[in-house]
This record gives sequence, C-alpha cells and structure tokens, in this order.
Amino acid sequence: MAAKIILSMNDAVVQEYPLDKERITIGRKSHNAIVIDNLAVSGEHAAIVTILNDSFLEDLNSTNGLTVNGIATKKHFLQNNDVIEIGKYKLKYLNDQVSQITAADFEKTMILRAPAAKSAPKAELLEQTGKLHSSMLPPQAAPAAKSAPKAELLEQTGKLHSSMLPPQAAPAAAPVKSAVTPAGAAAPPAAALQSGIGMIQILTGPNAGKELELTKNLTTLGKAGTQVVVLTKRAQGYFITYVEGSSYPTLNARPLSDQPHQLKANDIIELAGIKMEFYIKN
Amino acid sequence: MKIDQALEITSLSHTGQVRSHNEDSVGYEALCGLVVLADGMGGYNAGEVASGMTVSVLSSEIKSALLSNVVSDEEDDSGEDMGVTLLRKNVKKANATIYHAAQSQPQYAGMGTTVVAALFYDNHVAVAHVGDSRMYRLRGDAFETITRDHSLLQDQIDSGLISVADARKSMNKNLVTRAVGIDVDVDVEVHVHAVQVGDIYLLCSDGLNDMVSDDDIGSALQMLQVNLTLAANQLIEMANDNGGRDNVSVILVKIKGDFAVSHSWLEKLSLWFKKVNDKWL
Repeated sequence: MAAKIILSMNDAVVQEYPLDKERITIGRKSHNAIVIDNLAVSGEHAAIVTILNDSFLEDLNSTNGLTVNGIATKKHFLQNNDVIEIGKYKLKYLNDQVSQITAADFEKTMILRAPAAKSAPKAELLEQTGKLHSSMLPPQAAPAAKSAPKAELLEQTGKLHSSMLPPQAAPAAAPVKSAVTPAGAAAPPAAALQSGIGMIQILTGPNAGKELELTKNLTTLGKAGTQVVVLTKRAQGYFITYVEGSSYPTLNARPLSDQPHQLKANDIIELAGIKMEFYIKN
Repeated sequence: MKIDQALEITSLSHTGQVRSHNEDSVGYEALCGLVVLADGMGGYNAGEVASGMTVSVLSSEIKSALLSNVVSDEEDDSGEDMGVTLLRKNVKKANATIYHAAQSQPQYAGMGTTVVAALFYDNHVAVAHVGDSRMYRLRGDAFETITRDHSLLQDQIDSGLISVADARKSMNKNLVTRAVGIDVDVDVEVHVHAVQVGDIYLLCSDGLNDMVSDDDIGSALQMLQVNLTLAANQLIEMANDNGGRDNVSVILVKIKGDFAVSHSWLEKLSLWFKKVNDKWL
C-alpha cells in the first residue's frame, strides 16, 4: 500500500493523496498534485520524491517555507506520522505498510531483476546518481533502474504479495532481497530492564569499596591475559560470561563455565583473587 | 608460519527470531586461509540452495587449485594477483552453477545469493563480494567496513540523497544491485589489503549490521577479541536481542602471526628461468 498524505486545516481533513508517483508537487497553482489555494502558499511550494518505500520532502524555495513536526526545514526524509505545515495547512505523512506486515511476509524473499542491467554503462549511472544528488530526481533515475524497461522484466520467486510491490515498479534492475523490511529494525530497542541499573561493588583488594555502574551493553572486568569476564546487559537482565584466563572465575563460590549465567542481586563474583558483589540500583 | 597456524577462524550462523529457515551459508578452509559467507534469496528453500552452492563451489575449487598449485601460471598470464584471480574466477563459476540450476529446475527459478569471500595469503587478504554481505576489520581501535555494499541504499548514500544516519531509517534496505546466480555473468568486486598481526576480520550477513550498529559491533569485538567463539556468540545474541528479523551469520578471523610466503633465492631464480623460458618458446 502506497504511502499517503492527508491534507487538513483546523483539524478538518480536506483530502487524501496517495504517493503513487515518483514526484508530486504541492503549491498554489493548479498544476500541482496537491493544490492549496492560499496566498501564503507559493505557486510551487514543495515536492515529495518517493523512491520505493522512502519519501523525501523538499522545499522548492518557497517564500514562506515549511516545517516538519514544528521544525523549519528545506529537505527532510519523511517518517510515518510526520506532520508538514505550510501556512495554516497540515499535511500528515502516513506510511503504515510496516504495521501491515505480518511475520509470514518475512518469509517471502523475492528477486526482481532485469537482464538488461548489465548493459548500463558505468559512466551513465554515475551521471545519474550525480543528478539525483542535486535535484532529487524521480525514482526512475535511481541507479540501475533506468537501464531497464518496466514490468515485463520483473521476475519473481515465491509469492509476491501485492502490497510488497513498490508503486512505481522502479526497482526493475535491482534484485530485491526481502522487500519488506520493517522500519525501525535498525534501531536497537533500549535494553528495557524491568528494574534499575546493575552495579558492581568491589569487596576486597586495594580497590575495595569502589563501585561500577553497568550502563553499557558490555562491560569487561578482570586482568587481560589472567582472568577476564564480560558482563552483558540484556532485556532479560544482566549476564556474566567467562572470556579468558587459565582458570574459571567463580560465581557464589562455584566456577563459571563457557556459558553465560544470569546474575541475581547479591551474587558474589570472584575474579583474579578479588571479590565483588552484583546488585541492582533503582 | 603456516596459514592454518597464523589464522584463528570461527563461524556461526543463526536463523534469527522471525524467519522459519536459514538461507545463509558459511564455510571455511583453514588450510587454504579461505572464508566464505553467502546470504541466499529466492522462494521456498531456493535461497539456501544458492548460498550453499556458492560456499561449496568456492571452497572446493579454491582448495583444489591451491593444493595442486595450478594457479601460478594463470597469475602470470593475467597480470593479476593470484588471490584476486582465484576469487573472481570461482565466484563467476558459482554464478554459472546457480544460474544453470535455476534455468533447468523450476523450483529454483530466480534464486540468487550475495557473497563475501576472503582469501588470506602472503600477509595479505583478497576480498571478493557481491551484494550486501560485508567484511569489517578491527585494527587496534579502528573498526571499519572494508567492503562497500552493492545496494540501492549505498548508491543513495554515495549520491548524497540520504545521509548515513537517515539510511538506518530507510525502508529500502535489502535492495541489492548485484547478486550471484541471477544472470549469465556477474560483476565481482575484488580488492587486496595488507594484513597485520592482531587484526580481526568480520564477515557478516545483513542480519547482523541491519540489527546492530557498527559502533556496537566494533566495541563487542574489541572487548571480546581474546575469545573469538564468545565474540561470535555475542554478535548473534545482540542481533537477536534487537529483534533478529533476518538470518544472521558471522565469520571471525584473527591474525595470530606472520604468514609471508618465503621465496628463497633459488626459488626466485628458477621462477625467473621459467618465465624467460616461456617467453622464448
């Protein structure tokens, strides 16, 4: 399902516009795809360029400018639920395909390919990418895609869900690996620990009494070459794993193994002759 | 030092948290200093078939070429480095094998795979790749990508359309612009890099670098470099903890010692005579 723009004023929806073209313009004049007949709006105010599942907003040197989520901007990579404001008008960007993807869709890996892909000379491709840079050209100019004609070149394996196909059939030349990539996949969820931050308090030796906050995902403890453990912070809690050393450190007087052990409050670790206690600070 | 003593290699592959089967394949030949990782694509189980074929073609062909010592002559002909020739030739061979299987058997139609393969020899590493499987290097404090993805997103980054930071939010990930097995021929990118003792090389499928940031991968490797098995486990665990949306595979190679090829003066002389001989005959 293509992304869309919902135009509204004073919280009343004026119209919905699917982003089914590579480039649409927003402005006062009637040739724009999204016409806003208001004097505060420039004749050609802004453009939205859509490449497969990504959309980019660009201010076309408008007189009064625009904001995205309240911040003035010239160029912006649109994210689901972004609100563009032009004068009194609001344009909400919706790209909800992510929420429609079910686990089963992840199985459907597919390849889109074009036999003509090789014929595109390198220099020409470079030139095209150069243009992309300066003027945010429509998606057909995306590298490699231009060298191939349209749908007949699409070859696919497995079942291809119609919603997985990008609106413009632009990626004609690109083998597609699992076209459905959820947004936010990249953002590692913050380790959602149920309670507080893990702490290590050193009990014996010259540093007795010192404390260490386990804020990082990985913390190594010990002496390199002698005995080292790593403490990992995960959603489920903290884990301790032996890293190196001729003998295993102990946890509550029992030697650790190569496997990770989950730490509980008041566990006692003995490492290179030093005792330390793990606890949770709220 | 012999290559298998100079390198410590470990590999691990995991299905992830979402997919039902693993289309990645990993393999290595310690005696040849060869590591191969492929991330397959295509319906049903064709992805596994394509990635598996790539790993087995590269492993068996390069192993037999190196052990039978048939490569040196070809190297002279092309003027190319031996490792570059071996890798390029055999990725192309894998390409042809997959392409023909896909053409002749309907259930394999359209299958393909990415590949990243590294051949370590004479204190150097030759790296071949197609698609978005990567090789990284940890040298001292510096952790960096050695390969450049053949992907739409990388093209967009290169052209300045999208920033590296924004690229992480893109919904156009996994659009590769090159793949092994989908066409009659394939354009293989190969480079040679000098190797230093202490370097750690990471080959991975995008299931790792899409789920875990480069910074986190680098710091985990840095901390756990003394225990490669643990480091590999940790990387996969991090990808899975972050959602594990794709299969995730890693190969780690640590350079433990020098592995320069020693050319004695006698060998050099005989090589020279051989060349002169070839020229005049």
